Amino acid sequence: MIGRLFRFHGGIKPDAHKNESAGPAIQRAPLPRRLVVPLRQSPRATASCLVEVGQEVLKGERIGEPEGFLGTAVHAPTSGTVVDIARHPMAHPSGLDTECVVIEPDGEERWIEHAPFDYHTASREQALAWLRDCGIVGLGGATFPSHVKLGKGAGIETLILNGAECEPWITCDDRLMRERAADILAGATILRELIGARELVVGIEDNKPEAIAAMKEAAAASPHGVKVVAVPALYPAGGEKQLIRVLTGIEIPYGKLGGDYGVQCFNVGTAHAVYRAIAHGEPLISRIVTLTGNVDNAGNWEVLIGTPVQDLLPLARPRPDTDRTLLGGPMMGFALPRLDVPIVKGSNCLISASPRLFPPAPPEQPCIRCTECAKACPAELQPFELYWFGRSRNFGKAQEYHLFDCIECGCCSYVCPAHIPLVDYFRFAKSEIWAREREKAAADQARDRFEFRNFRQEREKAEKAAKLAAKAAETRAKLAEGVAEAPAAEAAAAEDPKKALIAAALARAKAQKAEVRPQNTDNLSPETQAEIAGIEARRKALEAAAPPAATATTPNADAPAAASDTAATAPGAEPRS
Amino acid sequence: MIHSPYVRKAVSVQRTMGLVLIALLPGIAAYVWQAGPAILVNLALATVAAVLAEALVMSLRKRPIGLAVADLSAVLTAWLVALSLPAIAPWWLTTCAVLVAILAVKHLYGGLGQNPFNPAMVAYCTMIVAFPALMSQWPALDGLGFADQLALILGGTRELDAITAATALDSLRTGLRAAGATVEAVSQGPAFGMLGSRGWEWVAAGYALGGLFLLARGIITWHMPVAFIAALGGLAGVFWLIDPAHYGSPLFHLASGGAMLAAFFIVTDPVSGATTPRGKLLFAAGVGLIVWLIRNFGAYPDGIAFGVLLMNICVPLLDMKTQPRVFGHREAAGGDK
Ligand code: SF4
Ligand code: SF4
Repeated sequence: MIGRLFRFHGGIKPDAHKNESAGPAIQRAPLPRRLVVPLRQSPRATASCLVEVGQEVLKGERIGEPEGFLGTAVHAPTSGTVVDIARHPMAHPSGLDTECVVIEPDGEERWIEHAPFDYHTASREQALAWLRDCGIVGLGGATFPSHVKLGKGAGIETLILNGAECEPWITCDDRLMRERAADILAGATILRELIGARELVVGIEDNKPEAIAAMKEAAAASPHGVKVVAVPALYPAGGEKQLIRVLTGIEIPYGKLGGDYGVQCFNVGTAHAVYRAIAHGEPLISRIVTLTGNVDNAGNWEVLIGTPVQDLLPLARPRPDTDRTLLGGPMMGFALPRLDVPIVKGSNCLISASPRLFPPAPPEQPCIRCTECAKACPAELQPFELYWFGRSRNFGKAQEYHLFDCIECGCCSYVCPAHIPLVDYFRFAKSEIWAREREKAAADQARDRFEFRNFRQEREKAEKAAKLAAKAAETRAKLAEGVAEAPAAEAAAAEDPKKALIAAALARAKAQKAEVRPQNTDNLSPETQAEIAGIEARRKALEAAAPPAATATTPNADAPAAASDTAATAPGAEPRS
Repeated sequence: MIHSPYVRKAVSVQRTMGLVLIALLPGIAAYVWQAGPAILVNLALATVAAVLAEALVMSLRKRPIGLAVADLSAVLTAWLVALSLPAIAPWWLTTCAVLVAILAVKHLYGGLGQNPFNPAMVAYCTMIVAFPALMSQWPALDGLGFADQLALILGGTRELDAITAATALDSLRTGLRAAGATVEAVSQGPAFGMLGSRGWEWVAAGYALGGLFLLARGIITWHMPVAFIAALGGLAGVFWLIDPAHYGSPLFHLASGGAMLAAFFIVTDPVSGATTPRGKLLFAAGVGLIVWLIRNFGAYPDGIAFGVLLMNICVPLLDMKTQPRVFGHREAAGGDK
């Protein structure tokens, strides 16, 4: 049981700015003129298209079939006509594009037939497949497929529901918890059963008293024993590993998952989507999005997946001096390079930015090694050291100092008095390292290919030589049975032109060898020359006395002998493998 | 800001340096109260020299002058130099010291943030090696008016012996060399006050007050002051308990010379000091140890500058060997192999 709270190192307290958008209840965003539904909702979850241009689709109809282990299904967010299937830019810092189904809504919102899924009578696998086919992914931002995260169904002690929402400005989870607490807990209960966890804990930052109250009330009404815990508002308390640390004391290192340590963490929005999928059979076709920042009408809207950002923004009435739109929070989000990109399952917040709200950073100054960044880093890194290594392009050292443990939370940049954009340096260093690894992998591949080709060629030669030898042996054996020896040898040579070639090569090589003279014999004294002549004479005598080759009498020894004698010039017959 | 985070804490190097300057004010006030306003003249001189030197280097390096001067780091260095030198050091001595600190130590190594050695302490060492006599003349508290002090600073009278006095640290060290002398006997001398040098206890208290302010504002962490005070006070305490006749008390050591200035303002210099929590403890403790050794057995009156510089040399090693454990990892971070 969770008794006390733990601390994670560092963390910061930026202005929360939650009041701007937390007040009004969630509204439904109007249907846009067009919905652009990506078939790929995250770097991992992919789907293959099931519809054609011109096809009529119903709300909730499956338009993308899950592909691969991490794939999840994609659905039509409303009824209408598929007008296009094409690549379209995504909400990504680089404006990458991906295959999308463009749907023109008919405005009737005609649903597919959908019915609750009785997960009590179904097997676990069936339940997970149901979630996958309902397109359930994590709504906290990473959009990891939930059915994968539910894992083996054993070994998890604690299920944590993440309602921390620690980024400034964002209030979508806050509103969801205030308004739909019972549904969230119902979803969480399903998750808990599917994951086989004993304990269910909801962590909410203590700057959301209404959400805490609503969730506590729902927890009291729930028969399953849920703990709602207020955690200190300290960014990044909502980071999965930080929240797990605060609630359980367990530290999950880089590269490891909560599941490895008996805890698993789901966002409250995900739990809500799971509830809709199981209790109503509804696929995930909408999410809550916070619209806030430099606007007159901040709030939260329930938005269909695929709604273009530019259709959504006017709902909040951005002020004229808005100069950018941020997707996500100001700590880890990014400025959208364009506004015709669709809302996807991981898009939680749009912030209209103005120079007044988000002033440009003051000029960068030299690092004074004040260690403020290290004090703030929740990963307990020494960011100024990483910065130093990154700057001097000493990436190996940066990796040694655990660059990849950096969660890019931005705490270090936030506190740096020298206004050094530390996170940018780390992102750059990471991408450089990745690029190098890729290059290296490519080089390795090329080398492997080359080596394999060499190996194959040599193997083929060896096989040929072996065949040749076998054949020669066969022929000789045949001939030895009847015919006289001399013509037989001739016949064998005639029969086997390759053998003749080898013999010729062998002869050439021998000739070459004979021609080769020691290199350092040019300017020798007469005595030395005489000495050498003596040695040569002795060797000649010896060579003449010995038989040319001891093995020459055995019929099938020709090829190997040629190989070992003249590996350089004869078509190599030596299998190197 | 093209990339996140799009928000930043309202902090800057200028603000950090400014807070340190503010934290020095109580100590300076006590200084003026005890020793007269002459120190203000030297502080002003040092400031002007530092700012001019900084601006000169920046213009030579074709960098924005305003930004570098405005970060106040040069001013802070100047103040620390001036406060380390005797209050009646002649103007050229102060100026030379500041120029050494800014030109050689700071900028020859690449400017702010790059210097492996504490600029003020290098300046102090250079001066005490070059001008040992001038550097050990501190104003006697009585009988030397502001006009006299000013005259000394501006290079007038040179009859130093009549108007200056050795500090308590000095008198104790030299006094104890006489056969049969004890701490008790020596400290009857005019240089001694309640704890350390007469009057200087107040200055030390002023520095300590400023240091607490820095701690409260999070500009410095507790590690360095605590480790320094613990090492110097602890060592002094052990020997004082063993042989109180020949070793000064811990309080005497902490209240004398530059101990408090060092504890809160000098060993805590972030640029040239250790950066990890354990590294900071070792660094400051090392300085404390060296200070005590030099004060008791060395040839110089106060060992702070040498202690700091010696430990500066160890910083890369200290940092490397004391990397803290990273979140979720059992063992410490890289380098420690
Ligand atoms: S916070 Fe900035 S100035 Fe301070 S050590 Fe870190 S990088 Fe350097
Ligand atoms: S961005 Fe990385 S280095 Fe900076 S505070 Fe966060 S985890 Fe630490």
